[in-house]
Amino acid sequence: MSGEGSFEVLRRDPRAEWIARNRLHPLHGTINVGEEAEVRGPSGLIRKNPHKVGFIGPNGIKRIDRLKGNATAAGLGRRSSGPQEVQLPLHAVENPDFYIVVVPDLVGGRLTSQDKDVLGQAHKLVKGIDGEGAVVAVCFGESKEEGYDTAGVDRLIHLGGEEYEGFAPEQRLAALMQVEAQLQPKHWLFPDSVHGGADLGSRLAARLSERPAVQAWQVDHASTVSRGASGSKDIQRATPRILLLAEECADPIDETRHEAQAIELAAIPLTITRLKDQGQVAVDPNAIPLAEAEFILSAGNGIHNWEQFHEAAEVLGATEGASRVAVDDGFMPRFRQVGATGTWVTARVYIAVGISGAIQHMQGIGQCDKVIAINSDAGCDMVKRAALSAIGDSEEVLAELIKLMQAHKAEQAEGGDQNAA
Amino acid sequence: MPLNVVSLVSVGRHPQSGRQRRAEQDGRAVELGMNLKVVQNSQLTVLHAGASSEPVLRTYAGMGLPELKVLELAEQDDAVPALGDYLQSANADIVLTGVRAESGESSGMVPYLLAEQLGWPLVPRIADIVSIDDGVAEILLALPRGQRRAVSVPLPFVASVDNAAAEARQTAYGPGMRARIEGNKAVTEVDEVRAGWQESDAKPRPKRLKVVKAKTAADRFKAATAKPQGKAGKVMKSESAKEQAEEIFKLLLEEKVIK
Repeated sequence: MSGEGSFEVLRRDPRAEWIARNRLHPLHGTINVGEEAEVRGPSGLIRKNPHKVGFIGPNGIKRIDRLKGNATAAGLGRRSSGPQEVQLPLHAVENPDFYIVVVPDLVGGRLTSQDKDVLGQAHKLVKGIDGEGAVVAVCFGESKEEGYDTAGVDRLIHLGGEEYEGFAPEQRLAALMQVEAQLQPKHWLFPDSVHGGADLGSRLAARLSERPAVQAWQVDHASTVSRGASGSKDIQRATPRILLLAEECADPIDETRHEAQAIELAAIPLTITRLKDQGQVAVDPNAIPLAEAEFILSAGNGIHNWEQFHEAAEVLGATEGASRVAVDDGFMPRFRQVGATGTWVTARVYIAVGISGAIQHMQGIGQCDKVIAINSDAGCDMVKRAALSAIGDSEEVLAELIKLMQAHKAEQAEGGDQNAA
Repeated sequence: MPLNVVSLVSVGRHPQSGRQRRAEQDGRAVELGMNLKVVQNSQLTVLHAGASSEPVLRTYAGMGLPELKVLELAEQDDAVPALGDYLQSANADIVLTGVRAESGESSGMVPYLLAEQLGWPLVPRIADIVSIDDGVAEILLALPRGQRRAVSVPLPFVASVDNAAAEARQTAYGPGMRARIEGNKAVTEVDEVRAGWQESDAKPRPKRLKVVKAKTAADRFKAATAKPQGKAGKVMKSESAKEQAEEIFKLLLEEKVIK
């Protein structure tokens, strides 16, 4: 507001106000009495007319909406179907002055929570540096992620070729060197994780002769605090170009949407790889600690044929788990128990057979991505939590699953023979 | 010609007491080197860059090593130039290190810098060396979630040893004290970058709070009281057991938990 405006004398028209108030006045219709028209009192304050609040409901009764538009539209006879998708405001960077490159792990083709934290950290760094910066994500291998825009990716470089699949650190490093030459990023951000982020970041740092900050957890554009001496020391230093960031280093992006515009890279030379990937090795699933297992087949009170359950776990290659009831009844050993009193599991896929889902058990599987329930009761808590539930006799479903898996294996063995021949 | 295996060892730190100890992963690297000696008839050199008077070195020697080599360095010196210089002339075939040191910066950069300097391939986080035939080593990498990956790599190479590798054997006091610790002169380069850093005891990191960004009281109330209702999944009630199993199987294939 300008300084002059505050000295301006408020001019009122008492006659117009009177006509506006008097609905029976012949000139009432000519004077604008819209909702927005503000009425000012003698001191210049805006006055609210308490009689004008609200609206007349369907029953002819006056209703006042005190929820500021958050009420469900029940009065209008329509039922809203679930929470509405909110379109976040778009954060667009047209001509970036500089780039900050993030190399997410993309475990299973999706951004991990640490990847999202690192992207949030990248935007924090962009805000601290003068000029307009763009956050570039370099993604390798197959990508199933759809939420690059809401995770904070301004520019996206996706390298999905076969040479980047699996364990290919040398080829990936060659691609990063190409990115370095093309974009000259101000910072390189990696998640400091066992999924390959720490490895790739260290490789790049060694190649560029940069000294990275490892296990960095408090980073801004000027200084970085990182953990050293196996987590017992905090090291403060000027923020280096390459950062390997610890978990929960910054808050993920949640209030803006980003462009996720694809960038084309110039041709990346195929490197002569000395590390030859021979593929993953089959490990005994029951030798993997339950807390780390990726795929768990868990049994509860609804299992009667235990031999079949063990066979199913073996055929599917799943680690066995159990609910408390199954353990207490002596069908499974104590160290197989999943839940608050047993092991908190982190499996990506968890099949609960005959487990209704006591709250302690649900806590134990809180971090599982995909839960599949096989149960006879359609109303149990496990079915509510599950991404896919089969209601019926678990013995029949398991028998069918075993058959399917055996057919699948036979098919693969045939295919393998053909390849060999 | 027997293979030359060099295991690099450092001074560890006990996570609870903070005392100096044999580093967990370095111990495993020595163990792996000693096992290779049995299988491959290789020579094992255990190398430390630091002070030869360090008492922790005796715990490595107590694993059954007749001698240890030490490149004499002061506290503030950089270990990488000294190690690189030594390895260049030592005619080594395999260099084993831990993933990250338990003292100092513990950035885990030493194997990477050595590999870069020597121009050798680096194998990160190995669990075991399965075989070495015709100058090509078959190695098992430790992946998260207890998984393993087989990788083949030509000699010479640098490898960092993961916690999934065989546990280090017990150390014996007497043989450890009797072992010869040989100090060698080394290239010393003061780590000047590190001199500019401020080090302090680690502060506990704040826990992340669940922040509810609700605009109205009704939203806040809902966030505080309502159960987080995930999207309801697909429920198959009337389908036959076969159809249900097929659907489950499809999901398992999609998630790539079965191959």
